[in-house]
Amino acid sequence: MVTPVGAGPVARFIVLSVVAVVTLFILIAPLAVILSSAFAQGVGVFLRNLGDPGTLHAMWLTTITALIAVPINILFGVAAAWTVTKFEFPGRTLLIALIELPYSISPIVAGVAYLFVYGSQGLFGPLLDQFDLKVMFALPGIVLASMFVTAPYVARELIPLMQVQGTDEEEAAVTLGAGGFATFFRVTLPNIRWAMLYGAILCNARVLGEFGAVSVVSGNVRGQTTTLPLQIELLYQDYNVAGAFAAATTLTAVAVVTILLKMLLERLAGDERPQP
Amino acid sequence: MRRSVIPGFGLSLGITVLYLGAIVLLPLCALILKASDIGPAQLWAILSSPRTLAAIRLTVTMALAATIFNAIYGLLLAWVLARYQFPGKRLLDALVDVPFALPTAVAGLALTALFSKTGWFGSVLEPLGVSVVYTPLGIAIAMAFTSIPFVVRTVQPVIEDLGSDVEEASRSLGASDLQILSRIIFPSIFPALLAGCSLAFARSLGEFGAVIFIAGNQPMKTEIVALLAFIRLEEYDYPAAAAIATVMLAMAFAMLIVTNAVQAWQLRYLGRGNA
Repeated sequence: MVTPVGAGPVARFIVLSVVAVVTLFILIAPLAVILSSAFAQGVGVFLRNLGDPGTLHAMWLTTITALIAVPINILFGVAAAWTVTKFEFPGRTLLIALIELPYSISPIVAGVAYLFVYGSQGLFGPLLDQFDLKVMFALPGIVLASMFVTAPYVARELIPLMQVQGTDEEEAAVTLGAGGFATFFRVTLPNIRWAMLYGAILCNARVLGEFGAVSVVSGNVRGQTTTLPLQIELLYQDYNVAGAFAAATTLTAVAVVTILLKMLLERLAGDERPQP
Repeated sequence: MRRSVIPGFGLSLGITVLYLGAIVLLPLCALILKASDIGPAQLWAILSSPRTLAAIRLTVTMALAATIFNAIYGLLLAWVLARYQFPGKRLLDALVDVPFALPTAVAGLALTALFSKTGWFGSVLEPLGVSVVYTPLGIAIAMAFTSIPFVVRTVQPVIEDLGSDVEEASRSLGASDLQILSRIIFPSIFPALLAGCSLAFARSLGEFGAVIFIAGNQPMKTEIVALLAFIRLEEYDYPAAAAIATVMLAMAFAMLIVTNAVQAWQLRYLGRGNA
């Protein structure tokens, strides 16, 4: 038995120390400073800041956005994964590339692009004006932009898993007379539910925290189209730093819960992989 | 097309194409259409203006700096997570996901607070003559923070899968640690490192939320491309916004092609290693 590279006590100590120190400065300190700043003036002030009508409205708007965008994204993710893993067809690779495309595009580009569809200068602008429908600077625009940036989130978790699981079980179910939906709900879904939930949780975190795309399409109308991340910026620009940190704390809490759930679901999803 | 007994192809393909078409492709086409309306002379005038060029140069340089930092720190993190057992390992593994889970606006707010004159880091650095907030350095730090997980999560599985046989063989033939590192281990993880770096770089080029808090956003000095596109929109200068956004889109496509090429190379490389 030989010692693997880097396993000697000296090398191990140096590498671990460097990583620990840098991690403390760049990953732990930001989390700590949010909590410390939010509670700097005591819990009472923190709660009063959270109760700010603008912040409460922003929380509500952000929640509504997630409640609409995440379920649609799950439906899309499952349909997309089903299409590209259960069937062979020309253009399959292109479709996978398209599913992952939003992942590489800056949220600002997404926001600007949406303005050129639904804005008054955009493709459908005149048509929407005619029927007095408002997409930009309103909830529909925020939801659409969120759906753009999170398009790959559920599909990306499902595609590799369903690829490995293959089509044998579904083929058996269909051969035995099960219909399409019965096959999906009773054969496929139990095999992929944790990975699906995992993708949904990541998608949810991104929708709640999306800033760039939403800040373009929401127009940031104070008290109307301000989502929670935008409210943080508003408060910060108003020099209400404590208020900004209080709002940021709620999103940080969501992030921490997301990571904890991710760790749990990763373990459960690991069980879904067929054992070799 | 291979005949399949599994039903639902039409329905699932329909949903997929409808979503991608309406949500992703339609806006991108509208953007490109808008940009192609501008005309080459005006397009050139927008893109070659000193302010646009300064923003592009700043964004690319700082994204590069952030990526170099992450190449080193990310590689060390991946190494530690893949090869060492130590107390707090699960916590460290969870911390790597923080930049993905934490909204960028929150990250920007927190980093600005840390590095401001009265902040925990700023109060130490400012007397030493190092200012971070409202400087390009701050931009690089924000970009580095948001793109840490890309390198770690790309390299970590490859280090975990490294077989010990080649390492043991070279050791028994008398190779030193340094020789094994530079001739055996590094070459096998290099494609993955490059793939992770290109993902991190692409993300840094497009980062907005974290950067604008810390950057100060002074034209010509600390204004990134994404912000310039945003400002042009607020000024109702739609052609300029469309042109700048299209350039960003082109950079994203270029990075996508580079990343895919690197990943294909990585797969071939791993395939050869296993054969």
